[in-house]
Parts: sequence; structure tokens; C-alpha cells
Amino acid sequence: MENKFLIFFVTVAFFSCGPDKSNLKEEAQSAKSTPAPAALADPTKGIGQVKNVTLHTPLEQERVIRGKAIYEMKCSACHRLDEKRVVGPGWKDVTKTRKPEWIMNMVTNVDVMLEQDAEAQKLLELCLTRMPNQNVSIGDARDVLEFMRQNDGEQ
Amino acid sequence: MNKITNKVSILLILAGVLACQPKGPATVTTSDAAGKVYVAPGQYDEFYNIVSGGFNGQIGVYGIPSGRLFRILPVFAVSPESGYGFSEETKPMLNTSHGFVPWDDLHHIALSTTKGEHDGRWAFANGNNTPRVARVSFESFRTEEILEIPNSGGNHSSPFITENTEYLVAGTRFSIPMANKDVPIDSYKENFKGSISFIKVDQESGRMNIAFQLRTPGFNYDLSRAGKGPSHGWFFFSCYNTEQAHTLLEVNASQRDKDFIMAINWKKAEEYIAQGKGRVEKAKYAHNVYDEKTHMATSTIKEEVVVLDIKDFPDIAYFIPCPKSPHGCDVDPSGEYIVGSGKLAAMMPVFSFTKLQNAIANKTYDGDFDGIPVIKYEAALHGEVKKPGLGPLHTEFDEKGNAYTSFFVSSEIVKWNVKTLEVLDRVPTYYSIGHLSVPGGPTSKPHGKYVIAYNKITKDRYLPTGPELTQSAQLYDISGDKMQLLLDFPTVGEPHYAEAIPASLIREKSRKIYKIEENENPYAAKGEAQARVERKGNEIHVYMTAIRSHLTPDNIEGVNVGDEVYFHVTNLEQDWDVPHGFAIKGALNAEILIMPGETQTLKWKPQQPGVVPFYCTDFCSALHQEMSGYIRISAAGVKTPLKFSTGTFE
Repeated sequence: MENKFLIFFVTVAFFSCGPDKSNLKEEAQSAKSTPAPAALADPTKGIGQVKNVTLHTPLEQERVIRGKAIYEMKCSACHRLDEKRVVGPGWKDVTKTRKPEWIMNMVTNVDVMLEQDAEAQKLLELCLTRMPNQNVSIGDARDVLEFMRQNDGEQ
Repeated sequence: MNKITNKVSILLILAGVLACQPKGPATVTTSDAAGKVYVAPGQYDEFYNIVSGGFNGQIGVYGIPSGRLFRILPVFAVSPESGYGFSEETKPMLNTSHGFVPWDDLHHIALSTTKGEHDGRWAFANGNNTPRVARVSFESFRTEEILEIPNSGGNHSSPFITENTEYLVAGTRFSIPMANKDVPIDSYKENFKGSISFIKVDQESGRMNIAFQLRTPGFNYDLSRAGKGPSHGWFFFSCYNTEQAHTLLEVNASQRDKDFIMAINWKKAEEYIAQGKGRVEKAKYAHNVYDEKTHMATSTIKEEVVVLDIKDFPDIAYFIPCPKSPHGCDVDPSGEYIVGSGKLAAMMPVFSFTKLQNAIANKTYDGDFDGIPVIKYEAALHGEVKKPGLGPLHTEFDEKGNAYTSFFVSSEIVKWNVKTLEVLDRVPTYYSIGHLSVPGGPTSKPHGKYVIAYNKITKDRYLPTGPELTQSAQLYDISGDKMQLLLDFPTVGEPHYAEAIPASLIREKSRKIYKIEENENPYAAKGEAQARVERKGNEIHVYMTAIRSHLTPDNIEGVNVGDEVYFHVTNLEQDWDVPHGFAIKGALNAEILIMPGETQTLKWKPQQPGVVPFYCTDFCSALHQEMSGYIRISAAGVKTPLKFSTGTFE
């Protein structure tokens, strides 16, 4: 009997010191609102804003030049241009094995991809270093993609 | 059943005590105190509390109501943690006309305002010892600018602020002979002068410059507040030592029954300056600015100031008699009432701005001091708060017409009504409160809710840590009629003034990264392709990149004893909260912490030959322990070829 009362009142005391309602409300408002994009119908395109990419031949040279500059600034520390893996996988033939949408989603939405995309998760298991969010815009990612195509021998 | 109920009651009380009450004697909290300060894991505080660090020269950023410490912002003191004052980029921030001064005594915070309300742009702070004023950005939470104040003997009445952040002031605490004159100390009355600097703030960039200085009679200028609303255009300064003593001030500066509050019509002074009536005087002082694009500070020595002597311009300044060595001199949210706090007085006078204006119009004077009209005490007086407590220091206000005054000697906060002057409530503080803060308390729009006490003595409130104890603050709920103690929390450094501001005014604009594309540091390596080592005479410049989890280059050879090695480290990360650190064995300075997209430089002089490791100090990834490298040092004169590399892979 006494024990039950003890538990009951300790519980009451605990709640009386708990967070007040305004705090809970604040949390609801401040909860991180990364929109969780629904998985695409085609899982090989990855998860993110990039749904359809149109590629042109011949390559758009201006994109290639910009893409190379972005690669050197934000990517080259971990990705080589041959097939060798250093921190992350080498880029050789990436455009032949991945859909352009998947590549662009991986670059621009890396945190969600690493949490939800099976292929991205396999790579994390292999490399063991989470690919960092390098704050690459969709437009920049498109330029990087063009540079990757050139690196894979497209004209 | 009765017996059980009794036992249960005891248990309930015990549970309440254990759960909610702070340790220590004379506890006065009630059982719901813990709930009021509890911010659950992952939730945010409602207010930022920007707290001066006193003699640690820094600013502490705390959350209210939790009292949790978020960050220490280095301002006037070097910080080995971040490399502030140690990195080549930040050393110029602490330059002065005396050279590099790595410490100061930071007393007062002034948050920027627009139309008298907090706007969340900047925090300003004063350096009391080697007179300086600093500006901290609420985007980066970094010190962006430090301006030295010439002709000042200690910058205490500073950096109080006008309602649209037009001006900050810097009043000298100690009067001194101007222009570094070599005179006998006992010629105080003849040779010593006060000096009040008006610092103009650029509304876009926040950049500060001394618009003009007022020359004032030689006594001590203690604290200050700008007028607001109807009194906008005026500034009020408390003055003590109107006895003009130069020795044993404890006794000799406490002789007169009344000292002064000095009222300054700064709009008038501004007009005289615009008319070219100021005189230009030589003065040497440093102006240091940190550039967020180059991530570098530059220090410029300025050569002159424009001066107005208040005795030559009779409608700029007036003295209001104020009893017994006034300290605080606080203006209520309406701008009508000015509260004088005589440290040694048994009552507190409240002056009326309207009455002051009438007294000036009617010349209701009581003679003059050094040519400055002295207003008749009663003519400016709204009324006196009778027997409020002992040793009044500072007053803050809520949005309901109430004032909260700290009493150092009687160790309490007293709540009183500004209009009726009636004392409404009093609570003890533990112990010997100095400053106090109500969120928005010095503005036209206080947010009320809490008052925070910043105490001078902590004594038995915490577990003892030898002769030197933590500094401390206490949080009180002021939402009801009775003030209620909620929380003790330790502070880092002695807290003087502090301000609290709604988190919503700052949180969203807090910077997350520096964009690598926008990095204009001339020593940046924007990508590993630019990582390299260059020799220029005996200077070795290492352009190094850092990204999880390697440094490039991480093998360096061809450096000799006698060389000066500059490690320019660029953090290539572009994600929030991924700083890298850099440290090298035997460095005589500190580490550097480099934020994402930023470049910082550590200078290192190798003392002896050998191979020396360096590494990342900020745990960054699973392979952080691998983030390291070696530099080979050859004896002076040995011609080892300059070589650098990172990783050749099989």
C-alpha cells in the first residue's frame, strides 16, 4: 500500500517539474523540417528533388568547365577521377553505372540518400565515411554531372 | 489510513524538495520552480542571455530559463580554444596604441535597437582597462570590430546606446590629463579632465567611429543611459568624485551630500559638430576590423578626434544633483523617468524628463559647476523611493510600469512602481547582487517574465572549489505579483551587465557555414588542387586543406630550423558543425579552429631538427585519429629539397 503511494506521488512530483506546455509547443514549431521526399517510382533514380535529367550530345562545354572547378574545390579531396577508391569511390564510369538523377540526388541530398537509399547505404558500408553535405546546388550538381560524363569519355 | 496519509504527505514534500529546490541555506523556491526552468533535451530556450565575462574579457551566451551555457565568445581576451588572438588572421583585433593587449575587463553589454526595441543585429561591449569598445555580430557570434578610445582613463560608462543605434558612448571612469601630459597628481583640479566619446554606428555595416568627444569636468563618469521616446536626443551619465579627489577616494570622494547626474543634449552637440565648431585634437588610437570574406582582421591607427568642451557650449550639458555617489542612472521604457542610484544613499531619487526640460527653460538653477548649470534638485525631481534598501546599484524595468533595483549592501532585488514610487516586493539574492537584467529591460519594450541577478559573492551556494569559487547568476520569475527565485546558475568570469533577448530575434539568422566559393582569404586553398608549399626566403607557406579525414599536404620536407612556417588551413567542408582543428607539437601559441569554408593561419617556428607531427584537434569523423601528418625539419643550412605530398595509393 505504502509503496504504491510512494510511486504515485513521486510520479506526480516528477510531472510537476516537467516541461511546461509552451516549451513543448516551441519544440513542435522548431522541429527540423527537412521534407522527407517520397521514394520515387524508379528507385534507381535515388531520392531528392531531381526527377528527370535530359542529357545532350555533344557535351555542353561550359558545364564541363564549371563542373571541373566545383570538383576541384568541393569533391577532389575524396574522389579521384580514376576507378581507385580513396575516401570515397573513384569517379571512373560512374555515369555508366548510375542514372544521372541518382548522381545528382546523391550530391544534393546526401543526408537523406544515406538514410533511405539502398545503393547509397551499400557505399557507406564500403567506405565507412559519411559523404559530407558540400552545399552543392542543383545547378552545380548538373555541371558536375557533365564533367563526370566527360571523364567517362563522352564527347 | 490517517497514518498512511501522513507518511504520504511527508514523502510528497520530500519528493518536491529533492526534485525542485536548489541546495543551500535560506532556500525560498517553491515546488514548481524546476518545471519553469526545465528545457527538455533537444528543446530550445526562450531567450538568449548575453552576459559580460568581466575580468575574463569575454562574453558568455546562456539560455534562459535553463541557465545553460552555450558559448564563450572571445572579445578582448585571447582564446586558445578557437585561436582568437593567436591566429595570424585575428591577432590585429587586439592591437592598440600600446601594442598587442591580449586581455581586458569586459563590463557592459549593449544590444542594438531600432525605435527603442531590440533588433538582433549586434552586441556591443566595453573594455574597461585599456579603453575599447567591441562589436559582436549576431550572425557569426564573433567579434567583428574593436575601437580603442583615446583620452580615456578607463572606459566604464560604456557602451550605452541610443534608441536607433545612432551612437554608443564611452565615458571615462577616471579623469586624466589630456594628451598624455606629465603633471603632478595633486594638480588634479587644474589639469585633469573627463572625456565622453560619442561613437557613430554605420547602420548597414555596423562599423564604428568616434564622431566627437566631449571635454567635461575632471571627476569620475560611472554609468550612463540614453533617453528614449520623448527624451531621445539626450544622454544621462552618473558622476561621482565631484570632490575631485585623487587619493583615498573611498573617503575623499564620499564627502559631498550630492554628486551629479550629467544630462547631455547630444542632438545639440551633433549640430555644433555639423557647424564645424568642434576642434581637432591629436590622439592615437587603434581601429580593428574583422572581414568576414577574407577571414582576416586589419588594424588601423587613427590620429585625431574632434572635441567639444561643454563649458564653451552652454546648452549641451546640465548637472542634476543626485545623492551620494550615484552608480546606476537608468531610464524607464517611457523615456520620462531617470532613476539615480546613490550607492550610499538611504533613498532613490527619480527624475522627470519633462520637469528637467521645464527647469532648463525657466533656468531653475542652483548655481553652476565649472561653468555648467546645476539644476535645482527639487525642480527635476519626480519623487524619491523612500527606504528601498541599502546600496542601490542598477535598475531594470518590465512592461507593466514596474522597476527592479539591485541592492548590493542588503543583497536583494526590490520591485517598485515607477509612477507611485511605492515598494511592491523584495527578494533576497545570494549574495551581494551587482547588475541585474530583465529581457528587454533597458529598451522601450521590455519582455518581462524574468529578472536575472548577477551576484558578486557566491560563497556557500555551490560545492566548494578551493579559495576561488564560481561566479553566479540567479533567475527569478516576475510574471506574478511576487518575485520567485527559480534557479542558480554558474557563470564564467565575473558577470557585470547582461542583456536578454528573445531567441526568435536571432536564431534564424545564425550563420551555419562560410561558403567556400566566397572565401577571399589570399592564403585559401579552395580545393586540394591548390594545396601546396611555397618558400619565400625563410618563410614557408603551407596552403593546407582539411576535410574528413585528412590534411593535404600531410608530408612536408625541406624546412629548416630558423624558418618561419605559416600553416594556412582551409576547411573544405560545407556542412554545419564540422570544424576542423590544427595543432603542431612545440607551437608557442595555440591551436586554430577552422569553421567550414574558412581559412585560418597558425605560425610556427621550428626550434630543432627532427620529424614533427601535426593533427586535427576537433573530433570530426570515425577516422579523426587518422587526420594527421608530419613535417620534417632539417638543421639550419642543410639543403633538403622542398617536397610535399598526400597519400600515394597502391
